[in-house]
Amino acid sequence: MKMRFSDILIYVLLILCGLFMIAPFIWMVSTSLMTQNEFNKNESVFIPKEENYVWRGDSGERKVILVTVKGSHAIIHVLDGQGQISKDFPQYMSVPVAQVKKITKRPNIHLDNYVKAFKKVPFARYFANTLYVSIITLLGVFITSVLSAYAFARMEFKGKDFFFYLFLSMMMVPEPIYLISSYMMLDTFHWLDTYNALIIPWCVNIFTIFLFRQHFKSLPQELFDAAAIDGCSIFGMLWRIILPLSKSIIATASVFSLIGSWNSFMWPLVMTDRPELRLLQVGLSYFNQEASTQTTLLMAASTFSILPILIIFFLAQKQIIASYAKAGLKD
Amino acid sequence: MKTKKKITPFIYIFPALLLLVLFRFIPILLSFVISFFEFRVTGIGHFIGLQNYTRLFTDPEFWQSMLNTFWLVLIAVPASIIFPLAFAVLLNQIKWLKGFFRSIYFMPFVTSLVAVSIVWKIIYAEEGGLANTALGWLGINPQLWLAQPKGIFTLMFSSWGVQIPNWLGGPSQALFAIIVMTVWKSLGYNTIIYLSGLQNISKVYYEAAEMDGAGKWRQFTKVTVPLISPTTFYVLLMTTITSFQVFAQIYMMTDKGGPLGTTKLIVYYIYEKGFDDLDMGYASAVALVLFLMILGLTILQRRLEKKVNY
Repeated sequence: MKMRFSDILIYVLLILCGLFMIAPFIWMVSTSLMTQNEFNKNESVFIPKEENYVWRGDSGERKVILVTVKGSHAIIHVLDGQGQISKDFPQYMSVPVAQVKKITKRPNIHLDNYVKAFKKVPFARYFANTLYVSIITLLGVFITSVLSAYAFARMEFKGKDFFFYLFLSMMMVPEPIYLISSYMMLDTFHWLDTYNALIIPWCVNIFTIFLFRQHFKSLPQELFDAAAIDGCSIFGMLWRIILPLSKSIIATASVFSLIGSWNSFMWPLVMTDRPELRLLQVGLSYFNQEASTQTTLLMAASTFSILPILIIFFLAQKQIIASYAKAGLKD
Repeated sequence: MKTKKKITPFIYIFPALLLLVLFRFIPILLSFVISFFEFRVTGIGHFIGLQNYTRLFTDPEFWQSMLNTFWLVLIAVPASIIFPLAFAVLLNQIKWLKGFFRSIYFMPFVTSLVAVSIVWKIIYAEEGGLANTALGWLGINPQLWLAQPKGIFTLMFSSWGVQIPNWLGGPSQALFAIIVMTVWKSLGYNTIIYLSGLQNISKVYYEAAEMDGAGKWRQFTKVTVPLISPTTFYVLLMTTITSFQVFAQIYMMTDKGGPLGTTKLIVYYIYEKGFDDLDMGYASAVALVLFLMILGLTILQRRLEKKVNY
């Protein structure tokens, strides 16, 4: 295969753009592995490193702090085994510059930030809450969508078009429009600060209904005619014919629903206040306020909060990307 | 038997219909109703007619948030069409590593907005931030980014020694920083949509254009751009609607829409009025204005789409 000049140019462009897209993630991970001190010094941008000065004097090699260099002499503090300034040597000791060496350890990885972030904030609880809410919501979406899509796709009834357009029109209304009124309504239900507020309003997803309806419509009529002759009930057709033939579309909708609930933010932020009910994104936003100066801790928390989604994404990237592409064009 | 059959479809749509009516339809109507009431910290107050709406006209914060939102849409929407189209055309030319690039571009789209907002906030840190480090490599002075209320055009011209009037200053550098991040987040999604759009264009058109002696650029402008226009309309509509709804970035990356309110966007303003000031009637009026704008744009774009489509 021969590479033309234009091909090389395309690859260079794609790589540059790719770097722009991925650099924030690489930087996030690398910063999460640094000490705060190292980040503040701003010397190692992508690869965490540790720099030490050692003094090779008469008493062997020792770690030191370099205070300054004056001519051919270096002013140092000698450190003991614990990294404290040693009492066996005078402070501001002057030694020949040639005896002091800089040693760089790279990469120098600190996992402390992850441990610290996890200890500071109950992220385990947030993870569990998010998982619980995501899965129950997914089940709810599945049940309401399959049933109504079945009716819209394969049944004739009065007002079908009316209901269909009613559903469609509500899909066009963005969440911020009904956020305040929903808050007041959930307040009268006494649902604020409960899982109900996080789960039940989201157990219906109009987009999923349309996705399923499209698919159910595309199934051949002969299957249903044959089943009817065999005396299969209406629900039996859904259970025995449609669902087994809809595995891939169900998987697609499940991924959308899971990613959607995992990443949802504005609704849980407004509807819950108790720390025990915090979802991951809300917990992360509180952590962002509490630890705003602790850059490396924040980066560690961001890293482990997007990790589950990224793992799922990379395991099934082809299918996920294809689903988004298909769903986008169907609209 | 017959009545049973008539009822069956309604049993199937009932769960979805119930939830939709309860948690979409009623709240949407309710937010219209609420917008006619006065609110106090204690809760709902008097009916005040259109006063919440007339108040909008004299509320400088509302107009500023409208202007900020307008800037976001004006920059983010074209950028979300041009770059993804370019990426998709480039990706369509290659075979080796195609899937790899596609995944890399798509990655920001699946990750949570809250987490990447934290990352970008630190990227824009004045000291130690990646943005200023990268500018340093290019020999450009560090910028204030999220702390800079001055307009990007003001900054650009003043770096050339030219003073321009304030009203030509453009969006603040802080808002610009958020726009860049917002475009970055959804770039991959639009690229994928364009890629599948491109695959639907028959090779025949390109072969015909080549026979007529059209070069690559002419093929792009005369074949690709017109034939991809349905995709462009879809991307245009979706990006416009989502641009109007930007919230998490502002909540996470800025200090309440600062500096000097230059990053306060319309949805953030609704949140602030409704949940910080508990002025829910007024917040609902703002939400309804947003709704009408989105509705109007949707109708306008659908109309245009019918006219322009091939």
